[in-house]
Amino acid sequence: MEMMRKERIDRGIKVRTEGIYAISSYREILYLMGPRLLLIVGVLVLPLFLELAPYWKRVVNIMFVYSLLALAFDFLANYVGLVCLGGAFFVGVGGYLSAIFNVYLHLPIYLSIPLATILGAFFCTLTVMPCLPLRGVYFAIVTLMYPLLATRVIEALNILGGTNGITGVDSFPHEYVEHYAIIVFMLLFLFGMRRFVNQDIGLVIRGVKDNDQAVRASGISVTYMKTLAVFIASFMCCFGGAYIAHLYMWAGLSLFALDFSIIPIASVVIGGGGTLVGAVIGSFILVPLSEFLRFFGTFRIVIYCAALTGFIVLKSEGLMVYLQRKYHQFERWVRV
Amino acid sequence: MEIIVYGIINSITLSLISLGFTLVYSISRLPNFAHGALYITTGYIAWLFMNKFEGFPYPFAIFIAIAITCIIGALIYRFILIRIRGMEISEIIATYAIGLAILEGLRWGGLRGMTFTLPTFSAGSVNILGTNIDHQRLIVVGVGICTFILLYLFTHFNKIGLALRGIAQDERAAMMLGIDSDTTAIISLAIGSGLAGFAAVVLLPLGNIIVEAGYNVLIFAIAVCVIGGLGSWGGTILASFIIGFAQILTEAFLSSHYQMVVALLAIIITLLIKPSGIFGKQKELEERV
Repeated sequence: MEMMRKERIDRGIKVRTEGIYAISSYREILYLMGPRLLLIVGVLVLPLFLELAPYWKRVVNIMFVYSLLALAFDFLANYVGLVCLGGAFFVGVGGYLSAIFNVYLHLPIYLSIPLATILGAFFCTLTVMPCLPLRGVYFAIVTLMYPLLATRVIEALNILGGTNGITGVDSFPHEYVEHYAIIVFMLLFLFGMRRFVNQDIGLVIRGVKDNDQAVRASGISVTYMKTLAVFIASFMCCFGGAYIAHLYMWAGLSLFALDFSIIPIASVVIGGGGTLVGAVIGSFILVPLSEFLRFFGTFRIVIYCAALTGFIVLKSEGLMVYLQRKYHQFERWVRV
Repeated sequence: MEIIVYGIINSITLSLISLGFTLVYSISRLPNFAHGALYITTGYIAWLFMNKFEGFPYPFAIFIAIAITCIIGALIYRFILIRIRGMEISEIIATYAIGLAILEGLRWGGLRGMTFTLPTFSAGSVNILGTNIDHQRLIVVGVGICTFILLYLFTHFNKIGLALRGIAQDERAAMMLGIDSDTTAIISLAIGSGLAGFAAVVLLPLGNIIVEAGYNVLIFAIAVCVIGGLGSWGGTILASFIIGFAQILTEAFLSSHYQMVVALLAIIITLLIKPSGIFGKQKELEERV
């Protein structure tokens, strides 16, 4: 009689080696590449499907911006150990800078966004730098203050259009440019960050989180590493901010709004901290959900917060880690 | 003269709103970011009792509101924070999320506009040193000072208070002596929330019950606590005097727009010069790399 038994489909890969993929068949290639390809292809063809539902075009663009912000938060919180509650500050700086370049200095859109991204990242890093020696609660508290401070300063000094904001920012030349500008950069940043955290320098940055004294004892400047990390994170956020300014053709105080700080955090917690992809997946779930809940007004934030608290308390590993585990546990029947 | 009088009032106001926050942090090392939300909740509950039930006595409404807030604080610890204790990031995110949920939930539930006010305890005003001050502000000062004294007595001459201090000083040693860490944390959160509520019922009659006040209270509480050194009581009171007078001075010589800016700048400067605050001796090494 023929005997059958169950076998995990990743058995061959696990047995040989886990880190370096010694791949012997197209099946294993597919097994490893499958989820990644699904994400990349799915995201790339998404705008084509949106022709069916024009209303969702704007939502999807915003969703990708949020996934960038979530990526930045995940990187800072789970790889560097800096809990940044003020992601909105980075967004605001990026948005305002690109509006300034575009409206006041009349730079075209393909110059204003990159310039705003790079200079914005420098500006954010410079302003956050004084607080970098702080850790944990202290850093979280101070970064929480930054967007508020920026709002109050702009209000009080009545600069940059005051409470009305800067209007008349150029829009994107074509709808598809609008979509793919953010999609391509999101994918680049996502896979770039995944590489980066496993590079030598990425490992040092992770060391800062786990044991900064050890990093220091190795003769590496902890503050420099943190500065670098903040630069990278704010780079992503500033790009998102500049993109939003051009998307809405407007840069105003709402760029410093609470949403840009809290939704990325919720996405990271729901998607699974420390996986980077989880952050992106989380925002893919949360942002469309919030669009469905638009009807409820501010009640949306209550739902986010409830979901956030629920996930932290009950399922702190997050969706991504859970799915990953389940994916590796797929079994098939084999002949003995 | 006006500056001095209003400075003192403002300082005591600030220390009242930040006492609850600093108490919770000093005892159980929990940053209670839901502080502002609890503040507004108390005001709202008191308002509900006053306006939904005809002829409900004011003192009784206040008492019930504070009691409910205490229970909410205890429940937050018992069901949520107890599971994530010690994970700093999760603590911050969870309390912040709870606070946001309460505030935005209230806003959604209809807490909008200027119609929500609590009556003052006693109308009228007196003239002190050439400045007109209404009774409510005087009551704030009196109540504030009484609260400091009562809290001091409670934590120095009461068994529960001593247990709280024991946990704050050395958790392991206190646990060896039979003090339960979780029970004290529940008590501290209940008292901390109660203090937030207490501040609310004293201070809210001076203005409207609005959701934005919840955020402001949280920010000021944090500002005061950070400058005074998280978890240090003397520092809290000193810091609230510093910020209080700084605010009144900016209001007198610049404009009221800068009030918040002053508080925020003060935090950032303090954290840069002395990250553990003016009186924060403990954990000085830990905070700074």
